[in-house]
Amino acid sequence: MPRKDADRLSLILLMTPLLLWLVLLILLPHLGIGYLSLREKVAPRVYHFSFANYIDFLHEPIYWNTLLRTAWMSILVTVLTLFVGFPIAYYIAKVAGRRSRAALFLLCLVPLWVSDLVRAFGWMMLLRETGIVSGLLQWAGLSSGPVEMLYNDVTVIVGLVYTVVLFMIVPIVSTLDGMDNSLIEAGYNLGGSRLTVLRRIIVPYAMPGIVAGCIIVFMLTAGSYLTPVLLGGKNSMWFTEQIYDQFITRYNWEGGSTFGILLLVFTSLVVWAGLRLSGQNLATTVAKR
Amino acid sequence: MSSEQANDLECEHLTKRFGAFTAVDDVSFEIPSGSFFSILGPSGCGKTTLMRMIAGFEDPAAGDIRIKGRSVLGTPPNRRNVKMVFQHLALFPMMNVGENIAYGLRCAGVGRSDIERRVRDVLERIGLPGVEGKEINQLSGGQKQRIAIARCMVLEPDVLLLDEPLGALDLKLRERMKIELKLLQHQFDTTFVYITHDQSEALVMSDRVAVMNGGRFEQIGAPQELYNAPGTAFVAGFVGDSNRWSGRVVAADAEAVQVETAGGARLLCRPGALRPAPGEAVEVFVRPEAIAIAGGGAGEGAGGNRLAGRVDSLLFNGAASRVLVRGADDRLVEVAYAPEGGPGDFGPGDAVELAWAAAQTKCFPSQG
Repeated sequence: MPRKDADRLSLILLMTPLLLWLVLLILLPHLGIGYLSLREKVAPRVYHFSFANYIDFLHEPIYWNTLLRTAWMSILVTVLTLFVGFPIAYYIAKVAGRRSRAALFLLCLVPLWVSDLVRAFGWMMLLRETGIVSGLLQWAGLSSGPVEMLYNDVTVIVGLVYTVVLFMIVPIVSTLDGMDNSLIEAGYNLGGSRLTVLRRIIVPYAMPGIVAGCIIVFMLTAGSYLTPVLLGGKNSMWFTEQIYDQFITRYNWEGGSTFGILLLVFTSLVVWAGLRLSGQNLATTVAKR
Repeated sequence: MSSEQANDLECEHLTKRFGAFTAVDDVSFEIPSGSFFSILGPSGCGKTTLMRMIAGFEDPAAGDIRIKGRSVLGTPPNRRNVKMVFQHLALFPMMNVGENIAYGLRCAGVGRSDIERRVRDVLERIGLPGVEGKEINQLSGGQKQRIAIARCMVLEPDVLLLDEPLGALDLKLRERMKIELKLLQHQFDTTFVYITHDQSEALVMSDRVAVMNGGRFEQIGAPQELYNAPGTAFVAGFVGDSNRWSGRVVAADAEAVQVETAGGARLLCRPGALRPAPGEAVEVFVRPEAIAIAGGGAGEGAGGNRLAGRVDSLLFNGAASRVLVRGADDRLVEVAYAPEGGPGDFGPGDAVELAWAAAQTKCFPSQG
């Protein structure tokens, strides 16, 4: 039947770019990295199959400490982003009027129009020793000399939260949008306090959006490179930095590949654990609607 | 402790404005304990705003609301002992039936074993024992309805507000739920305030009905009173079916008013509370079942109204069947007929004579 053929053709045309992208840019590189990570260099241009790279990783505390630190910081960033993003999302979805809602959404999007690099540079202009904040503090007499606010963990976390908060807001707004306001009113009407209504009605309803946002934010944070490096400097000890070092500085592709695989596996484990703890699964969160 | 206590809910000169628009305009009423009170009105008449003020979701611009004699104006919604069944019920989808009902009890700090017992009790009273563990989406429309009521009644409210809760149900179920709601109200012996735009819901279930229009109460009374003795043209037109003519008063005395309709027919009417003066514009209402129909001038009905016409069509609708008669002035008049005997002797095109008593003809001054 011609109708069926047309359907099939359009399916193929639609799927081809996606499949090409998945295979060429996601699947193939990972297979390559996985293969590289399992090779050990025994002599120039002589390689053996072995787990030596993984064993090296375990033997060098600085490596796995960096990985753990990256994971912990990313979890912290995710939690902070949730606390910052949820009230904004709630305001956009439930409090703001219909017209101001679009404007607020747009305002949230504005930072995305500027590249990561420029945004990080903006933070540097504000926070460096000769920067605007330092200058203001001195001018106001709150500080006697220049203050260096870059290159510490707090700055890295603030910068990361700022970079990823939108990815928390959007999924939460979209779940809260579908929530009937009368559910909230019923919560009050039946005797619930503000806290009870938030804890037992609003948050459980928004849970799929919250979990989706957390997954996206955690993955983005753990895999980010520019913000921790620029704002944290040499102290940032971000795992992606180690990967970069292995590949570019030390030209140790085997080691870099191993770290890449480890980062993927470890962050996936964290996400899996998070899903188990919150009683959600991917089908009800990220894949919703 | 005296007569004040006999009323569960009193509203006094209640007013609410949204910008320049007055949604509720100086409404006063009181509802005695244990009665079923309906507020009936077309959509946009302010009835939902009125209910939201009673529940505490809106603050009145003026006036007072008293529950069991105590003003609740400063009381937030979660402290008022007024519970509400929402239009779409607003059952919490992330909780099962038992948790939905237990929610209010937990908010009130009732002990765990006590909660379990009271949830079981209330489910038994609404005739759904043992459904605690079910999810909300496993219930039928009628069951959800009863769970929503049980969720409120388990808290033993002074007043239960119901905001058109039958609107989403299909017709058959709606008819059944009407009777069931009335029975539940008797069983719980709580004051129900029911909001609806469906006059049959209001008439069937209520002890008293307030007809609301444009933010004001047009009339408060028992259903029979509203039907048989409407106080205003709006009530006469909104409650029950009516034939309506607009006309001008020709003559008026203590007993009757003579009206000439726009089509030229002369009708004898019984005036309402206000006797219209000659020359005034009025509206005349006659119920379809008050009109007798007879073929070819056999009608009697001394001292009443007569109208000759031709049968235009027959509308069969069971007990609410109608004959449409086209009068000399080219207007259609609805006349009730008994469906089992059938009109029998007349069909479309036949000449007939309509007759009805002056006492069954109500006239009111035109509005606006």
